[in-house]
Amino acid sequence: MQFLTTVLLDGLVYASYLFIVSLGLTITFGVMKILNVAHGSFYAWGAYLASIAIIYLGENEYNSMFYYFSIFMAAIVAGLFFGFIIERFILRKMYGEDIHLIVLATFGIFWILEDLILIVFGADPLMPYYPAMELGGLEIAGVYQGVYSLTLSGLAVVVAFICWYFLKKTKWGKLLQSVIFDREVSVSMGINVTNVYLITFIIGGMLGALGGAYVAPTISISPGFAIDVVVMSFAVVVIGGMGSVPGALIGSLMVGMIRAFAVHQAPVLELFIIYAVMAIVLIIKPQGLFAPPKPRKI
Amino acid sequence: MNNNFILQTKDLQKSFSGIIAAENINISVKEGEIIGIIGANGAGKTVFVNMITGYLKPTSGKIHFLGNDITGIKPREATHIGVCRSFQVSQVFMTMTVKQNLMIAMSLSKKKGGQLLLPLEDEKLSKECDKILDLYKIKKQGDLIVSTLSQGMRKLLDIAMAVVGNPKVLLLDEPTSGVSVEEKFGIMDIVISALKKSGTTVLFVEHDMEIVERYVDRVIAFYQGQVICDDTPKKALKNKKVIQYVLGS
Amino acid sequence: MFKGILKDQSVQTSIGVIFILLIFGSFILPEWMSNNFMYGMSRGLAVLGLMILWRTNLVSFGHALYYGFGAYAVALCQKFFGVTDILLRLLIAVAAAGLLGFALGFILRKYREIFFAMLSLAFSMVLYGLLAKAEFLGSTDGMSISPSTFFGTELGRIALFNFIGLVVILAIIFAQAYLRSSLGHLTTAIQDNEIRVEYLGYSVEKAIHIKYVISACLAGGAGGLMAASLGQVDPDSMVLWSVSGELVFVTIMSGLGNILAPFIGAVIFEFIRTYAFEWAPQAWQMIIGGTLLAIIFFSPGGLWSLFQKLNFLRKKNNE
Repeated sequence: MQFLTTVLLDGLVYASYLFIVSLGLTITFGVMKILNVAHGSFYAWGAYLASIAIIYLGENEYNSMFYYFSIFMAAIVAGLFFGFIIERFILRKMYGEDIHLIVLATFGIFWILEDLILIVFGADPLMPYYPAMELGGLEIAGVYQGVYSLTLSGLAVVVAFICWYFLKKTKWGKLLQSVIFDREVSVSMGINVTNVYLITFIIGGMLGALGGAYVAPTISISPGFAIDVVVMSFAVVVIGGMGSVPGALIGSLMVGMIRAFAVHQAPVLELFIIYAVMAIVLIIKPQGLFAPPKPRKI
Repeated sequence: MNNNFILQTKDLQKSFSGIIAAENINISVKEGEIIGIIGANGAGKTVFVNMITGYLKPTSGKIHFLGNDITGIKPREATHIGVCRSFQVSQVFMTMTVKQNLMIAMSLSKKKGGQLLLPLEDEKLSKECDKILDLYKIKKQGDLIVSTLSQGMRKLLDIAMAVVGNPKVLLLDEPTSGVSVEEKFGIMDIVISALKKSGTTVLFVEHDMEIVERYVDRVIAFYQGQVICDDTPKKALKNKKVIQYVLGS
Repeated sequence: MFKGILKDQSVQTSIGVIFILLIFGSFILPEWMSNNFMYGMSRGLAVLGLMILWRTNLVSFGHALYYGFGAYAVALCQKFFGVTDILLRLLIAVAAAGLLGFALGFILRKYREIFFAMLSLAFSMVLYGLLAKAEFLGSTDGMSISPSTFFGTELGRIALFNFIGLVVILAIIFAQAYLRSSLGHLTTAIQDNEIRVEYLGYSVEKAIHIKYVISACLAGGAGGLMAASLGQVDPDSMVLWSVSGELVFVTIMSGLGNILAPFIGAVIFEFIRTYAFEWAPQAWQMIIGGTLLAIIFFSPGGLWSLFQKLNFLRKKNNE
């Protein structure tokens, strides 16, 4: 029983931040058909900016509300700044190119931003533990769990709800869906796809950065820590179906739970099992579990 | 099934999610016959060709070739047993030269696998290839990349690629569409006489009644997925239904 | 298959270039330079494999799977059977990767585009996940490889360098013989029009499978030679997804135009990396990433197309 609770709680926390990060990735892919390797850079930059702010605030004993403010600001700044530069000056020139070439370009961007972190923030690890320490922990069914980690799940639910509301209930959401469904038709209907792409990429980036910024207080941040997240969020998106929002949710829950189970039961298989699931899903259902519909073109 | 026929279909039917594209198709073809398939757009001609050559799987019914059931075989299996085809929209290798296109077709048609490992630019193959290109009057264009050719030229290449496999039954889907008016008889003369010499059975889909009258032994007319007439060209073209539904006057 | 292959112009050029390189590397160049040539040539084999795949527009984002598998096969055979002979090591690496490629090929041959890329990535990460956690294989520290021997005598650095050069020449001859054959041309044909290839009576999947196994063998050989020349194997620098990305990067940097290009590209990459690391240890990844973007934007045909442009200009001036 205790084991199960541990796995469930750990899995939930892990799934929550994977969901926030992967949601950004899957939205970018759904709208722009770009597999963005540099998504990991958003994650890393969000985490670093938030860490710097939190450490500053913590050392000077500011009100703890500022922590959360700085986390969201870090996500917005990182997403806006890098999202705008990357989309406007690099990706925009590549639409219509071979999809592999675009992936490679984002890989190049990832490399550049990785070193930029090293140059700006140095190689020493950062530990912005203040918010997590402040909230302390509590016991759930005999298992001790950090409260801050649990708020992460709350954030994931809020993000999921906002995303659902936006896509299903607003005019903008419908516009976006029509671009996802068929780009050419949307252009001929007068939708400004260029702007839609820019905004999508920025929002996708912000989500990636938010994942990093919010998780930062629970981990130690050092250069290169995003490299695992890139491919892990790829796994989530592939399992759920590239471009599918519910897919990202189910995918992150699956990966989160499987990983939590492996970590506690068979740590040797921790990484293996995630990618084995990814491979198996690709073999059985190449489009992913929740593939978005495709327009029939003859 | 009667072994006197090279190709026979029995109650062939194809429907796409409930919409019937072809039904009750019973056709028997004798060896060496040249048959014209006519019908308005959407009458089911191409669906018929696609079913015979394995591109589409019939919903029900049977296809027999030389007495063997070949219903639902794969395209490459159809090619192996000698049922080849050309396409309405030419299916050629756009980024390669005309000669490379034909040479690939030729080396794949050699029954011995060893040819595949020989250089494509093999001298012997190259000479054979030139002869065929000459026959189809596209030798001058031999070294051009296919995407720079006119539709008509691509069509000829498409047919040539189907013919080099020495098929027993050849299905041509609108061989003269896109070919210029001056050229079309010249080309069909070449194609049909070559095929007659080798005794190949030919079924071709055609909109041009001049071509139909001139070359075929028999006409099969389609309307709304069904065969409405199966007769000699003289009679078929005077058939009331054909005049009303196919010729449209 | 090999009839007249030595008369092939690009094979002749390749052999010439590599012979010159071997002579310079053996007698004149300083050690760090000839090391870069050695690593570049080894990894060039994997890049050649990717180039062959790319000709059918299949891009593997998981080719480090075979690269790493070949390297670890060498490490394991040393550990359990004491194999150190360089010829055996090469054969083991190639055979192991080839077998794995043959098995996975049955699945991958049905995939195209991004799905092919993603499934390759997944397979490579499965191996990474196993190796990174397997303690008896050294986990993330990997294993060390003892110096290679050749029929009992220990192989010096220069001898190994020359051995790798000869392997590269053989690989170039084989790959060029494959690419110029009808089967090789068929792969361009598949990229153009799969339906037609099927109607010409050849299985598209089979053609892709053959190509995939060739590509896996080349990458495995690269891994085996790399293990022998570095004296070390580890998952992070041989199996991780970023290694696959690096290999794909070198492929695009080299261009798909010529059989020698992958090796030139791989050698240049080694030099860029060494220099970048020397000059700006904090920004070497940035330099490599910038190079990648510059190539994608300014020379999409890779370095080889730059060479061709230069040649073209020279000819024009001469006229």
